[in-house]
Amino acid sequence: MRLHLLALLAKEPAHGYELKLALEQTFGEAYPSPNIGQIYVTLKRLEQDGLVCSEDVTQTDRPNKRVYELTPAGREVLDAWVAEPSEGPRVRDEFFIKLILVPMAGLADRMKLINSQRRHYLGIMRNLTALAATSETADPPARLLIEGAILHLQADLDWLERCQEELV
Amino acid sequence: MNDPVLRTRGLAKVYRADGVAAEAIRGVDIEVGAGEFVAIMGPSGSGKSTLLHVLGGLEPATRGEIWLRGQRVERLSTAAWAILRRRHVGFVFQSFNLLSNMTVADNVELPALLAGASPKQARKRREELLGELGLTAKAHAAPSRLSGGEQQRVALARALANEPSLLLADEPTGNLDSIGARDVLRLLQRTHDNGQAILLVSHDARVASRADRVIHLFDGMVADDAPVIRAPRPVRDVVGDVLELRG
Repeated sequence: MRLHLLALLAKEPAHGYELKLALEQTFGEAYPSPNIGQIYVTLKRLEQDGLVCSEDVTQTDRPNKRVYELTPAGREVLDAWVAEPSEGPRVRDEFFIKLILVPMAGLADRMKLINSQRRHYLGIMRNLTALAATSETADPPARLLIEGAILHLQADLDWLERCQEELV
Repeated sequence: MNDPVLRTRGLAKVYRADGVAAEAIRGVDIEVGAGEFVAIMGPSGSGKSTLLHVLGGLEPATRGEIWLRGQRVERLSTAAWAILRRRHVGFVFQSFNLLSNMTVADNVELPALLAGASPKQARKRREELLGELGLTAKAHAAPSRLSGGEQQRVALARALANEPSLLLADEPTGNLDSIGARDVLRLLQRTHDNGQAILLVSHDARVASRADRVIHLFDGMVADDAPVIRAPRPVRDVVGDVLELRG
Protein backbone atom coordinates (compact mmCIF):
# COMPACT_ATOMS: atom_id res chain seq x y z
CA MET A 1 0.00 0.00 0.00
CA ARG A 2 3.05 2.28 0.37
CA LEU A 3 3.13 3.11 -3.32
CA HIS A 4 -0.62 3.67 -3.50
CA LEU A 5 -0.35 6.30 -0.78
CA LEU A 6 2.72 7.92 -2.32
CA ALA A 7 0.92 8.16 -5.66
CA LEU A 8 -2.09 9.82 -4.04
CA LEU A 9 0.16 12.27 -2.17
CA ALA A 10 1.94 13.17 -5.42
CA LYS A 11 -1.32 14.78 -6.47
CA GLU A 12 -1.74 16.84 -3.32
CA PRO A 13 -1.00 16.73 0.42
CA ALA A 14 -3.69 14.94 2.41
CA HIS A 15 -4.48 13.46 5.79
CA GLY A 16 -5.03 9.78 6.45
CA TYR A 17 -8.78 9.72 6.20
CA GLU A 18 -8.77 11.63 2.92
CA LEU A 19 -6.44 8.99 1.48
CA LYS A 20 -8.80 6.22 2.53
CA LEU A 21 -11.72 8.02 0.89
CA ALA A 22 -9.74 8.65 -2.29
CA LEU A 23 -8.97 4.92 -2.63
CA GLU A 24 -12.58 3.97 -2.04
CA GLN A 25 -13.97 6.52 -4.44
CA THR A 26 -11.52 5.60 -7.18
CA PHE A 27 -11.77 1.82 -7.09
CA GLY A 28 -15.39 1.55 -6.07
CA GLU A 29 -17.11 -0.48 -3.43
CA ALA A 30 -15.97 -3.70 -5.05
CA TYR A 31 -12.42 -3.51 -3.83
CA PRO A 32 -11.53 -3.99 -0.16
CA SER A 33 -10.27 -0.62 1.02
CA PRO A 34 -7.56 -0.66 3.68
CA ASN A 35 -8.72 0.13 7.17
CA ILE A 36 -7.79 3.48 8.59
CA GLY A 37 -5.38 1.93 11.12
CA GLN A 38 -3.33 0.36 8.32
CA ILE A 39 -3.17 3.69 6.55
CA TYR A 40 -1.87 5.51 9.63
CA VAL A 41 0.74 2.83 10.31
CA THR A 42 1.92 2.94 6.69
CA LEU A 43 2.12 6.75 6.74
CA LYS A 44 4.19 6.65 9.92
CA ARG A 45 6.64 4.19 8.35
CA LEU A 46 6.87 6.26 5.16
CA GLU A 47 7.72 9.25 7.33
CA GLN A 48 10.42 7.30 9.20
CA ASP A 49 11.91 6.37 5.82
CA GLY A 50 11.90 10.05 4.78
CA LEU A 51 9.50 9.53 1.88
CA VAL A 52 6.79 11.79 3.31
CA CYS A 53 6.75 14.55 5.90
CA SER A 54 3.85 15.77 7.95
CA GLU A 55 2.60 18.71 9.88
CA ASP A 56 -0.22 19.26 12.32
CA VAL A 57 -2.96 21.49 11.04
CA THR A 58 -4.99 23.18 13.72
CA GLN A 59 -8.73 22.83 13.46
CA THR A 60 -10.97 24.99 15.58
CA ASP A 61 -13.96 22.68 15.91
CA ARG A 62 -12.19 19.31 15.88
CA PRO A 63 -8.90 17.72 17.01
CA ASN A 64 -5.90 18.71 14.91
CA LYS A 65 -5.23 16.66 11.82
CA ARG A 66 -1.88 15.54 10.50
CA VAL A 67 -1.39 16.39 6.85
CA TYR A 68 1.16 14.41 4.87
CA GLU A 69 3.21 15.61 1.95
CA LEU A 70 5.53 13.84 -0.48
CA THR A 71 9.28 14.56 0.01
CA PRO A 72 11.85 14.66 -2.85
CA ALA A 73 13.01 11.18 -1.73
CA GLY A 74 9.41 9.97 -1.92
CA ARG A 75 9.13 11.43 -5.37
CA GLU A 76 12.23 9.47 -6.45
CA VAL A 77 10.73 6.20 -5.21
CA LEU A 78 7.55 6.97 -7.08
CA ASP A 79 9.42 7.86 -10.28
CA ALA A 80 11.26 4.55 -10.11
CA TRP A 81 7.92 2.75 -9.71
CA VAL A 82 6.51 4.55 -12.74
CA ALA A 83 9.57 3.79 -14.87
CA GLU A 84 9.60 0.04 -14.15
CA PRO A 85 7.15 -2.48 -15.57
CA SER A 86 5.19 -4.02 -12.71
CA GLU A 87 6.62 -7.26 -11.41
CA GLY A 88 4.96 -10.67 -11.44
CA PRO A 89 3.91 -13.20 -10.43
CA ARG A 90 0.45 -11.72 -10.56
CA VAL A 91 -1.57 -14.89 -10.05
CA ARG A 92 -1.30 -17.05 -6.99
CA ASP A 93 -2.71 -20.47 -7.54
CA GLU A 94 -2.95 -23.12 -4.91
CA PHE A 95 -5.31 -25.39 -6.79
CA PHE A 96 -2.84 -26.51 -9.45
CA ILE A 97 -0.41 -27.92 -6.89
CA LYS A 98 -3.28 -29.67 -5.16
CA LEU A 99 -4.45 -31.12 -8.48
CA ILE A 100 -1.04 -32.55 -9.25
CA LEU A 101 0.19 -33.72 -5.85
CA VAL A 102 -2.94 -34.94 -4.06
CA PRO A 103 -3.89 -37.64 -6.60
CA MET A 104 -0.25 -38.87 -6.56
CA ALA A 105 -0.76 -39.70 -2.89
CA GLY A 106 -4.07 -41.35 -3.70
CA LEU A 107 -5.98 -38.86 -1.55
CA ALA A 108 -8.55 -37.82 -4.16
CA ASP A 109 -9.20 -38.25 -7.86
CA ARG A 110 -8.59 -35.50 -10.35
CA MET A 111 -12.07 -35.40 -11.83
CA LYS A 112 -13.54 -34.82 -8.40
CA LEU A 113 -11.05 -32.05 -7.60
CA ILE A 114 -11.67 -30.34 -10.93
CA ASN A 115 -15.44 -30.53 -10.56
CA SER A 116 -15.44 -29.04 -7.10
CA GLN A 117 -13.03 -26.28 -8.14
CA ARG A 118 -15.18 -25.43 -11.17
CA ARG A 119 -18.26 -25.17 -8.99
CA HIS A 120 -16.38 -22.79 -6.72
CA TYR A 121 -15.21 -20.59 -9.62
CA LEU A 122 -18.73 -20.46 -11.09
CA GLY A 123 -20.08 -19.29 -7.73
CA ILE A 124 -17.53 -16.46 -7.70
CA MET A 125 -18.32 -15.62 -11.32
CA ARG A 126 -21.96 -15.34 -10.41
CA ASN A 127 -21.11 -12.79 -7.74
CA LEU A 128 -18.94 -10.86 -10.17
CA THR A 129 -21.57 -10.72 -12.91
CA ALA A 130 -24.17 -9.58 -10.39
CA LEU A 131 -21.77 -6.87 -9.24
CA ALA A 132 -21.03 -5.88 -12.84
CA ALA A 133 -24.77 -5.48 -13.46
CA THR A 134 -25.20 -3.14 -10.50
CA SER A 135 -22.02 -1.19 -11.36
CA GLU A 136 -22.94 -0.19 -14.90
CA THR A 137 -23.07 3.47 -13.94
CA ALA A 138 -19.89 3.44 -11.85
CA ASP A 139 -16.73 5.26 -12.95
CA PRO A 140 -14.45 3.46 -15.42
CA PRO A 141 -11.77 2.40 -12.87
CA ALA A 142 -14.34 0.60 -10.71
CA ARG A 143 -15.98 -1.08 -13.72
CA LEU A 144 -12.65 -2.09 -15.25
CA LEU A 145 -11.57 -3.65 -11.99
CA ILE A 146 -14.62 -5.90 -12.02
CA GLU A 147 -14.10 -6.71 -15.70
CA GLY A 148 -10.47 -7.59 -14.96
CA ALA A 149 -11.56 -10.02 -12.25
CA ILE A 150 -14.07 -11.59 -14.65
CA LEU A 151 -11.45 -12.05 -17.38
CA HIS A 152 -8.96 -13.59 -14.95
CA LEU A 153 -11.57 -15.98 -13.64
CA GLN A 154 -12.54 -17.01 -17.17
CA ALA A 155 -8.86 -17.80 -17.76
CA ASP A 156 -8.82 -19.91 -14.58
CA LEU A 157 -11.81 -21.87 -15.88
CA ASP A 158 -10.21 -22.35 -19.29
CA TRP A 159 -7.06 -23.57 -17.59
CA LEU A 160 -9.10 -25.99 -15.51
CA GLU A 161 -10.57 -27.38 -18.71
CA ARG A 162 -7.10 -27.84 -20.22
CA CYS A 163 -6.00 -29.68 -17.08
CA GLN A 164 -9.02 -31.93 -17.42
CA GLU A 165 -8.26 -32.68 -21.07
CA GLU A 166 -4.65 -33.59 -20.38
CA LEU A 167 -4.78 -35.20 -16.96
CA VAL A 168 -8.09 -37.02 -16.58
CA MET B 1 -39.01 -31.43 -9.60
CA ASN B 2 -42.23 -30.83 -11.52
CA ASP B 3 -42.67 -32.63 -14.79
CA PRO B 4 -39.45 -31.75 -16.61
CA VAL B 5 -39.82 -29.82 -19.84
CA LEU B 6 -36.99 -31.91 -21.29
CA ARG B 7 -35.54 -35.25 -20.29
CA THR B 8 -33.15 -37.73 -21.90
CA ARG B 9 -32.28 -41.32 -21.09
CA GLY B 10 -29.18 -43.03 -22.44
CA LEU B 11 -28.95 -40.61 -25.33
CA ALA B 12 -26.17 -41.42 -27.81
CA LYS B 13 -25.08 -40.15 -31.18
CA VAL B 14 -22.64 -42.02 -33.39
CA TYR B 15 -21.22 -40.46 -36.55
CA ARG B 16 -19.97 -42.80 -39.23
CA ALA B 17 -17.59 -41.76 -41.95
CA ASP B 18 -15.61 -44.09 -44.21
CA GLY B 19 -16.50 -47.06 -42.08
CA VAL B 20 -15.16 -45.44 -38.92
CA ALA B 21 -17.60 -44.79 -36.05
CA ALA B 22 -17.13 -41.84 -33.71
CA GLU B 23 -19.33 -41.65 -30.67
CA ALA B 24 -19.96 -37.95 -30.03
CA ILE B 25 -22.30 -38.48 -27.08
CA ARG B 26 -22.41 -41.71 -25.14
CA GLY B 27 -25.32 -42.29 -22.86
CA VAL B 28 -26.41 -38.86 -21.63
CA ASP B 29 -29.13 -38.56 -18.97
CA ILE B 30 -30.22 -34.99 -18.31
CA GLU B 31 -33.33 -33.17 -17.17
CA VAL B 32 -34.43 -29.57 -17.51
CA GLY B 33 -37.27 -28.60 -15.20
CA ALA B 34 -40.09 -26.27 -16.25
CA GLY B 35 -38.69 -22.75 -16.07
CA GLU B 36 -35.21 -23.95 -15.18
CA PHE B 37 -32.06 -22.37 -16.62
CA VAL B 38 -29.36 -24.96 -17.30
CA ALA B 39 -25.96 -24.38 -18.89
CA ILE B 40 -23.80 -27.00 -20.58
CA MET B 41 -20.06 -26.51 -20.46
CA GLY B 42 -17.16 -28.71 -21.52
CA PRO B 43 -14.05 -28.74 -23.69
CA SER B 44 -14.38 -28.57 -27.47
CA GLY B 45 -15.14 -32.00 -28.82
CA SER B 46 -16.91 -33.06 -25.63
CA GLY B 47 -20.24 -33.36 -27.46
CA LYS B 48 -21.97 -30.14 -26.37
CA SER B 49 -23.16 -28.96 -29.77
CA THR B 50 -24.06 -32.48 -30.87
CA LEU B 51 -26.22 -32.90 -27.79
CA LEU B 52 -28.01 -29.63 -28.48
CA HIS B 53 -28.57 -30.51 -32.14
CA VAL B 54 -30.01 -33.90 -31.26
CA LEU B 55 -32.26 -32.34 -28.62
CA GLY B 56 -33.43 -29.76 -31.14
CA GLY B 57 -34.26 -32.47 -33.66
CA LEU B 58 -31.67 -31.22 -36.15
CA GLU B 59 -29.96 -34.60 -36.18
CA PRO B 60 -31.38 -38.00 -35.27
CA ALA B 61 -30.19 -39.75 -32.11
CA THR B 62 -28.50 -43.12 -32.55
CA ARG B 63 -29.82 -44.53 -29.26
CA GLY B 64 -31.75 -43.39 -26.25
CA GLU B 65 -34.86 -41.41 -25.44
CA ILE B 66 -35.84 -37.74 -25.60
CA TRP B 67 -38.92 -36.56 -23.77
CA LEU B 68 -40.33 -33.10 -24.43
CA ARG B 69 -43.08 -31.94 -22.08
CA GLY B 70 -43.89 -35.51 -21.15
CA GLN B 71 -44.00 -36.74 -24.73
CA ARG B 72 -41.42 -39.05 -26.24
CA VAL B 73 -40.26 -37.31 -29.39
CA GLU B 74 -37.29 -39.04 -30.96
CA ARG B 75 -39.59 -41.58 -32.59
CA LEU B 76 -42.01 -39.04 -33.99
CA SER B 77 -42.12 -38.37 -37.70
CA THR B 78 -40.00 -35.45 -38.84
CA ALA B 79 -43.14 -33.40 -39.48
CA ALA B 80 -44.72 -34.17 -36.12
CA TRP B 81 -41.58 -33.20 -34.27
CA ALA B 82 -41.24 -30.04 -36.34
CA ILE B 83 -44.72 -28.96 -35.27
CA LEU B 84 -43.99 -29.67 -31.62
CA ARG B 85 -40.75 -27.69 -31.87
CA ARG B 86 -42.41 -24.77 -33.58
CA ARG B 87 -44.81 -24.48 -30.67
CA HIS B 88 -42.56 -25.14 -27.73
CA VAL B 89 -38.89 -24.82 -28.59
CA GLY B 90 -36.77 -21.85 -29.68
CA PHE B 91 -33.35 -22.54 -31.14
CA VAL B 92 -30.33 -20.25 -31.51
CA PHE B 93 -27.67 -21.73 -33.76
CA GLN B 94 -24.00 -20.95 -33.60
CA SER B 95 -24.20 -20.03 -37.29
CA PHE B 96 -27.40 -17.91 -36.84
CA ASN B 97 -29.16 -19.35 -39.95
CA LEU B 98 -31.04 -16.13 -40.67
CA LEU B 99 -32.99 -16.01 -43.93
CA SER B 100 -30.95 -13.73 -46.16
CA ASN B 101 -33.73 -12.66 -48.50
CA MET B 102 -35.93 -11.29 -45.68
CA THR B 103 -35.47 -8.26 -43.46
CA VAL B 104 -34.45 -8.58 -39.82
CA ALA B 105 -38.03 -7.78 -38.80
CA ASP B 106 -39.48 -10.51 -41.05
CA ASN B 107 -36.95 -13.03 -39.74
CA VAL B 108 -38.08 -12.38 -36.18
CA GLU B 109 -41.80 -12.33 -37.00
CA LEU B 110 -41.81 -15.47 -39.10
CA PRO B 111 -41.87 -18.10 -36.32
CA ALA B 112 -44.79 -16.40 -34.59
CA LEU B 113 -46.72 -16.19 -37.87
CA LEU B 114 -46.00 -19.85 -38.62
CA ALA B 115 -47.30 -20.76 -35.19
CA GLY B 116 -50.56 -18.94 -35.85
CA ALA B 117 -50.06 -15.51 -34.25
CA SER B 118 -51.83 -12.58 -35.92
CA PRO B 119 -49.58 -10.17 -37.88
CA LYS B 120 -50.29 -7.52 -35.26
CA GLN B 121 -49.21 -9.77 -32.36
CA ALA B 122 -46.12 -10.88 -34.27
CA ARG B 123 -45.14 -7.28 -34.97
CA LYS B 124 -45.62 -6.21 -31.37
CA ARG B 125 -43.50 -9.05 -30.07
CA ARG B 126 -40.79 -8.35 -32.69
CA GLU B 127 -40.68 -4.67 -31.69
CA GLU B 128 -40.27 -5.59 -28.02
CA LEU B 129 -37.51 -8.10 -28.65
CA LEU B 130 -35.50 -5.94 -31.05
CA GLY B 131 -35.88 -3.05 -28.61
CA GLU B 132 -34.49 -5.06 -25.71
CA LEU B 133 -31.53 -6.11 -27.82
CA GLY B 134 -30.77 -2.60 -29.07
CA LEU B 135 -31.63 -3.46 -32.68
CA THR B 136 -34.71 -1.34 -33.39
CA ALA B 137 -32.82 0.74 -35.94
CA LYS B 138 -31.86 -2.39 -37.88
CA ALA B 139 -35.38 -3.81 -38.22
CA HIS B 140 -35.68 -3.14 -41.94
CA ALA B 141 -32.13 -4.04 -42.90
CA ALA B 142 -31.11 -7.29 -44.57
CA PRO B 143 -29.28 -9.67 -42.21
CA SER B 144 -26.18 -9.52 -44.43
CA ARG B 145 -25.80 -5.81 -43.61
CA LEU B 146 -25.43 -6.58 -39.89
CA SER B 147 -22.30 -7.41 -37.93
CA GLY B 148 -21.84 -10.93 -36.59
CA GLY B 149 -22.82 -9.80 -33.10
CA GLU B 150 -25.98 -8.14 -34.40
CA GLN B 151 -26.96 -11.23 -36.40
CA GLN B 152 -26.50 -13.31 -33.29
CA ARG B 153 -28.89 -11.10 -31.34
CA VAL B 154 -31.44 -11.25 -34.18
CA ALA B 155 -31.21 -15.05 -34.03
CA LEU B 156 -31.96 -14.89 -30.30
CA ALA B 157 -34.92 -12.56 -30.89
CA ARG B 158 -36.27 -14.97 -33.50
CA ALA B 159 -35.91 -17.93 -31.15
CA LEU B 160 -37.89 -16.09 -28.47
CA ALA B 161 -40.61 -14.74 -30.77
CA ASN B 162 -42.99 -17.56 -29.89
CA GLU B 163 -42.33 -17.40 -26.16
CA PRO B 164 -41.18 -21.03 -26.26
CA SER B 165 -41.35 -23.06 -23.07
CA LEU B 166 -37.77 -24.17 -23.86
CA LEU B 167 -34.98 -22.14 -25.42
CA LEU B 168 -32.00 -24.08 -26.80
CA ALA B 169 -29.00 -21.89 -27.54
CA ASP B 170 -25.52 -22.71 -28.81
CA GLU B 171 -22.93 -20.15 -27.60
CA PRO B 172 -25.34 -17.18 -27.63
CA THR B 173 -22.60 -14.68 -26.69
CA GLY B 174 -19.90 -16.21 -28.88
CA ASN B 175 -19.52 -13.21 -31.22
CA LEU B 176 -20.40 -10.39 -28.87
CA ASP B 177 -18.47 -7.55 -27.30
CA SER B 178 -19.17 -6.84 -23.65
CA ILE B 179 -22.14 -4.52 -24.35
CA GLY B 180 -23.76 -7.02 -26.71
CA ALA B 181 -23.15 -9.82 -24.23
CA ARG B 182 -24.74 -7.73 -21.49
CA ASP B 183 -27.91 -7.23 -23.58
CA VAL B 184 -28.11 -10.95 -24.30
CA LEU B 185 -27.59 -11.82 -20.63
CA ARG B 186 -30.36 -9.46 -19.64
CA LEU B 187 -32.77 -10.92 -22.15
CA LEU B 188 -31.92 -14.46 -21.03
CA GLN B 189 -32.52 -13.42 -17.43
CA ARG B 190 -35.87 -11.93 -18.36
CA THR B 191 -36.78 -15.07 -20.29
CA HIS B 192 -35.91 -17.12 -17.23
CA ASP B 193 -37.88 -14.79 -14.94
CA ASN B 194 -40.79 -15.21 -17.31
CA GLY B 195 -40.87 -18.94 -16.45
CA GLN B 196 -39.38 -20.21 -19.71
CA ALA B 197 -36.75 -22.93 -19.50
CA ILE B 198 -33.31 -22.39 -21.04
CA LEU B 199 -30.72 -24.95 -22.03
CA LEU B 200 -27.62 -23.38 -23.47
CA VAL B 201 -24.11 -24.35 -24.40
CA SER B 202 -21.48 -21.80 -23.47
CA HIS B 203 -17.78 -21.47 -22.91
CA ASP B 204 -18.48 -18.07 -21.46
CA ALA B 205 -18.61 -18.41 -17.68
CA ARG B 206 -20.41 -15.04 -17.39
CA VAL B 207 -23.36 -16.72 -19.11
CA ALA B 208 -23.05 -20.17 -17.56
CA SER B 209 -22.78 -18.77 -14.03
CA ARG B 210 -26.21 -17.13 -14.39
CA ALA B 211 -27.79 -20.57 -14.78
CA ASP B 212 -29.52 -22.45 -11.98
CA ARG B 213 -27.43 -25.49 -12.78
CA VAL B 214 -24.35 -26.32 -14.84
CA ILE B 215 -23.85 -29.66 -16.58
CA HIS B 216 -20.29 -30.42 -17.54
CA LEU B 217 -19.80 -32.73 -20.50
CA PHE B 218 -16.55 -34.58 -20.95
CA ASP B 219 -15.82 -37.10 -23.66
CA GLY B 220 -19.49 -37.37 -24.59
CA MET B 221 -20.68 -38.06 -21.05
CA VAL B 222 -21.96 -36.03 -18.12
CA ALA B 223 -18.97 -35.47 -15.83
CA ASP B 224 -20.69 -33.08 -13.44
CA ASP B 225 -24.19 -31.75 -12.85
CA ALA B 226 -24.56 -29.26 -10.01
CA PRO B 227 -26.39 -26.08 -9.05
CA VAL B 228 -24.49 -22.78 -9.21
CA ILE B 229 -24.16 -21.62 -5.66
CA ARG B 230 -23.48 -17.98 -5.17
CA ALA B 231 -21.11 -17.51 -2.28
CA PRO B 232 -22.64 -15.20 0.36
CA ARG B 233 -19.89 -12.59 0.26
CA PRO B 234 -19.85 -8.92 1.14
CA VAL B 235 -19.63 -6.89 -2.06
CA ARG B 236 -16.14 -5.67 -1.29
CA ASP B 237 -14.67 -9.17 -1.12
CA VAL B 238 -15.97 -10.16 -4.53
CA VAL B 239 -13.16 -8.74 -6.66
CA GLY B 240 -10.62 -9.59 -3.95
CA ASP B 241 -11.53 -13.28 -4.45
CA VAL B 242 -9.80 -13.06 -7.82
CA LEU B 243 -7.49 -10.05 -7.92
CA GLU B 244 -5.19 -8.51 -5.41
CA LEU B 245 -4.01 -4.97 -6.09
CA ARG B 246 -0.48 -4.49 -4.87
CA GLY B 247 1.98 -1.63 -4.73
